[in-house]
Amino acid sequence: MSTLIENAVCTFCGCLCDDITVEVDNNRIVKTKRACANGRGLFMEYDATPRKPLIYGKEVSWEEAIAECAGILENADNPLIYGLSSTSTEAQKKAVELADRLGAVIDTTSSVCHGPTALAMQTVGEATCTLGEVSHRADLLVFWGCNPAVSHMRHFSRYSLMPKGKLVPNGRKDRRMYVVDVRPTASSKVADHFIQIKPGSDYEVLTVLRALAQGKKVDVDQVGGVAIEQLQQLVDHMKGCRFGAAFMGMGLTMTRGRDINVRELFSLVSELNQFTRFSVVPMRGHSNVAGADQVMTWQTGYPFAVSFARGYPQYGPGEFTAVDLLARGEVDAALIVASDPAAHFPRGAAAYLEQIPTIVIDPEKNMTAKAARVFLPTACCGIDAPGTYYRMDNISIHARPVVTSGRPGDEDVLTGIMEAMKLC
Amino acid sequence: MHKGKESEAYIRAVTRVDMSDYDMNQLGINEGEDILLYTLEDSIEVPVFKGNLPESMLFMPMGPVANRLVGVDTSGKGMPSYKGFLVEVERP
Repeated sequence: MSTLIENAVCTFCGCLCDDITVEVDNNRIVKTKRACANGRGLFMEYDATPRKPLIYGKEVSWEEAIAECAGILENADNPLIYGLSSTSTEAQKKAVELADRLGAVIDTTSSVCHGPTALAMQTVGEATCTLGEVSHRADLLVFWGCNPAVSHMRHFSRYSLMPKGKLVPNGRKDRRMYVVDVRPTASSKVADHFIQIKPGSDYEVLTVLRALAQGKKVDVDQVGGVAIEQLQQLVDHMKGCRFGAAFMGMGLTMTRGRDINVRELFSLVSELNQFTRFSVVPMRGHSNVAGADQVMTWQTGYPFAVSFARGYPQYGPGEFTAVDLLARGEVDAALIVASDPAAHFPRGAAAYLEQIPTIVIDPEKNMTAKAARVFLPTACCGIDAPGTYYRMDNISIHARPVVTSGRPGDEDVLTGIMEAMKLC
Repeated sequence: MHKGKESEAYIRAVTRVDMSDYDMNQLGINEGEDILLYTLEDSIEVPVFKGNLPESMLFMPMGPVANRLVGVDTSGKGMPSYKGFLVEVERP
């Protein structure tokens, strides 16, 4: 007989949709309702069968694997703890504690995601709001360098474009939507206005928008391949709306300029509050990457790229960020939690992981795990383990398990490693 | 992605490049044919597909294939240039 579990949390992306119905039969997920393709894949394709850890690809007991991890970390002079974006805040806290005790460097996937956004935020602040406010109030949406129709599939329907809110009772009809990007996307197809800019010109375009918003005259006809009239129209809509929300993605953080692109957008949004209400929300990708920033900031004072080598937290983007450390060969062991740098880092950095003892804690045997010395297959939060996650707007949501598996959680394994090292 | 990164579906999804119709005509390449892409970091050979892209712009899904072309310089920020870098294109 099957059981329906209502309001389950999908821990795939930063939307953290908490309205999913999961049908479970004999401790197996057989159906989901309301999940997008990504969420459905997360629930339906996950195999919760308990698996043994691997050392050099050979199955071992959990005791042997934990002892091997403790040995690797004890013998390392400068270990790196990296990842954390797809695990619970409880496990993230434990990872920071481990880094502190080891004198290790700890960095999260933020450094190759919204790390530049954090740098911009530290410079000019962030005028932000919750997705609940967006769904009930926003009559102007600006998506810059992001493609939620593909990356966050329920963002439009659940939070931004479609919902019928208290102050936008007609939903889509009450909202105007802009997309700014270097190429047409699935998101630009549903927008009212698409502004296609030249690659690498985000900073210039945003600077001109700031000038136009302040009523200044610009003595050029176009910037970044966009006519000034088109940018003036965007500014008029921004200043004339009741509640505007900008969403920004990797189009700003991964291109030339990085944090200064984001700084210009954040500054524009702050300045628009002289005329109306305007907010910005970074489109966080992995389910709990926002939580990783939160936990790192509570525990160390900094959101990512922290070294405990001197016995206290030191912040160093470019110095203590994982890509830089691996590319320079400056770490001698790595503990990777809930991420896959072998798939997502430039080859010049990822290749170094194969030269040092690497430990991977993850529900799936990913590409990093394939070449790791130790792989510890853990439970997946929201499916067979509980855990707290932070949505992209920094709202915390507790994910309950929908099946039981007997797999240990990431927090349990990290605690086990600390106990084996007599750090607890 | 949910079927694992060793699955054929994942490998096929990340081993491709999208190019504008105009550029494909200029290079005399048909859809599905392999092209050679290279940067200072490395070179790769991947099948090309028509994409709704401006002239001289290529799109590749993030993954281990595209990342062979990405450099490790982060400009002191921790973030490599995953987007907006120059790539040379040749028929193999």
